[in-house]
Amino acid sequence: MEAIALLLHDTLNAGTVLAFAALGLLINERSGIVNLGAEGMMLVAAIAGFAVGVQGNDWLAFAAGAAAGALLAGAFGLLVIYLNTNQYATGLALSLFGTGFSAFIGIAYTQAKLPERVRHEIPGLVDIPFVGPALFRQHPMVYIAIALTCGLAWFLYRSRAGLVLRAVGESPESAHALGYPVRRIRMIAVMVGGALCGLSGAYISVVYTPLWVEGMVAGKGWIALALTTFATWRPARVLLGAYLFGGITMLQLFLQSEGVQMPSQFLTMLPYIATIVVLVLISRNKSFIRINMPASIGKPFFPGS
Amino acid sequence: MLKLEARPEQSRLMSIGSPLLALLITVVVGTILFALLGKDPVRGLYIFFVEPLKSVYALTELAVKATPLMLIALGLALCFRSNVWNIGAEGQYILGAIFASGVAMTADKTTGGWFVILVLIAAVVGGMVWAAIVALLRDRFNANEILVSLMLVYVADQLLSYLVYGPWKDPAGYNFPQTITFLKSTQMPKLFSGFRVNAGVIVALFAVAAFWILLFRTYAGFQLQVGGLAPAAARYAGFSSRRALWTALLVSGGMAGLAGGLEIAGPLGQLTPYVPAGYGFAAIIVAYVGRLHPVGIVFSSILMSMFYIGGELAQSRLGLPKSLTGVFQGLLLFALLACDTLIYYRIRWQAARAPAPKPTVISTEKKVA
Repeated sequence: MEAIALLLHDTLNAGTVLAFAALGLLINERSGIVNLGAEGMMLVAAIAGFAVGVQGNDWLAFAAGAAAGALLAGAFGLLVIYLNTNQYATGLALSLFGTGFSAFIGIAYTQAKLPERVRHEIPGLVDIPFVGPALFRQHPMVYIAIALTCGLAWFLYRSRAGLVLRAVGESPESAHALGYPVRRIRMIAVMVGGALCGLSGAYISVVYTPLWVEGMVAGKGWIALALTTFATWRPARVLLGAYLFGGITMLQLFLQSEGVQMPSQFLTMLPYIATIVVLVLISRNKSFIRINMPASIGKPFFPGS
Repeated sequence: MLKLEARPEQSRLMSIGSPLLALLITVVVGTILFALLGKDPVRGLYIFFVEPLKSVYALTELAVKATPLMLIALGLALCFRSNVWNIGAEGQYILGAIFASGVAMTADKTTGGWFVILVLIAAVVGGMVWAAIVALLRDRFNANEILVSLMLVYVADQLLSYLVYGPWKDPAGYNFPQTITFLKSTQMPKLFSGFRVNAGVIVALFAVAAFWILLFRTYAGFQLQVGGLAPAAARYAGFSSRRALWTALLVSGGMAGLAGGLEIAGPLGQLTPYVPAGYGFAAIIVAYVGRLHPVGIVFSSILMSMFYIGGELAQSRLGLPKSLTGVFQGLLLFALLACDTLIYYRIRWQAARAPAPKPTVISTEKKVA
């Protein structure tokens, strides 16, 4: 029982990492932009967050991560939105650059240690058997991710600005004709998305595995990209998907600790194979995807061309 | 303010000038970076751009690294031209190395020098198998090839790790995670004694010619490119998009596999966890910088190889981390994509901008004040 509560605890924690990144990418994609640079942004944010976190304040570390993510996303947005470059190629460039750059900066921090981690728990609630250790001994960011999901769902479906964002993603031409600054809206969406990816990256290096290792994001940026498709671009489903994948990541450690006779490498493969399986299951129905996908996704918009 | 204006026709000058301009930007940023790190920028640039060309030995080493890059990039160029986004060449490269090693291990003292051909065929098959998974899932289930091919890189990495730590570990290898050192019959003949460079370079140069013919002189190559440039036109002409998908992925997977096999049959000589060196990802940059053109790829693979060697030298001589290579590679692709805008647009100075129309609210309801 205690092991299950712990597994649940770790699942939510791991899911939070994916949730922040995937919600950020969801905002991007709702505006019609796919940013394949998620992995790179998260890596640079992870080292930026870690470098600041070493000084002692976790919240400043998150802010640094978000700023790093937004900055890189801004560079990506400048190219993709204002110079009309190919979104896939530019995103890849960002991922490649981020991988190299974070490793380069990170050399100085491979031996560094964060100050002692504080235990976060909600007094009172944490004493409830099973539920307490599973749900109420979490980092505040876990709850913030849930709040963010609700906020984003409200924003997209209940606010005028959200409607405009969706309009830009569905048909930039129409939004432009109505007089909305399509490129500026896309730029804001891309930078907010980058900031959230950055938050996720900083969460990895400051809370999730509190240290810096080269390439430590280990494909989570790519999994987050797959999650937006899996969730058919809906915030609540993104969160559920993130927890599902968090669960799969944790299951591998759980099985290992339970002494399952299987080479560790095959267990490590699990989240990646699960991503492929989930993509296959969800993409099988072509029209289902087409109905839900923002129509202008991946296509450049250049007024006056 | 500055404004981009669409050119009536693509600029041919810029399509060749853009990579050079991008290289210039990368060099300038590199100079600033060296200065910021407190290193002599002239020395830094010398290490990256002169040192790798200085001696016969340096040149052969340049060729050793350019070979896999060239092979993978050729396949990717075909893929990207067909608008198929295979970005998991690194995984196909690893599978090529694994398959090649599987065959190489079976050689004994009596096998002849022809055996290396079998090793390379196995490598091609390995890369193809890995890419075929991507093609199958895309074709049959519409799964995004970018994500599937990328996820398979991580899977391939773990598979490699399992093999070298587990069943394929050299029993006499002091518990190091590596296979036996493969016999001479599984290795490509060296071009000159005393240097690492082998006949793989010649294979790569043949591949360049073959791809040039395939892309620009065959009907199949034409079909692939039409499919990439104008899918609707290709469909109308009756070119099968499914066939294009399979061809693009199998060819690029096979090339990446071959590159992996040549590493096993050459510079590495055994399977270790360090087989994946990022060539599969760097080759994406090589393909773009080489304008997705076989001849361009020859030059860009040499340039990228200089970045690799420069990074290693910067580590030993200047005490800078080797990952500097990755920084420069990413910068180069970034700069290239930005410069490529100039192929399609020209920059014009515009005095003032016409005021944008106010957003109109289309609604039948009266807005509540």
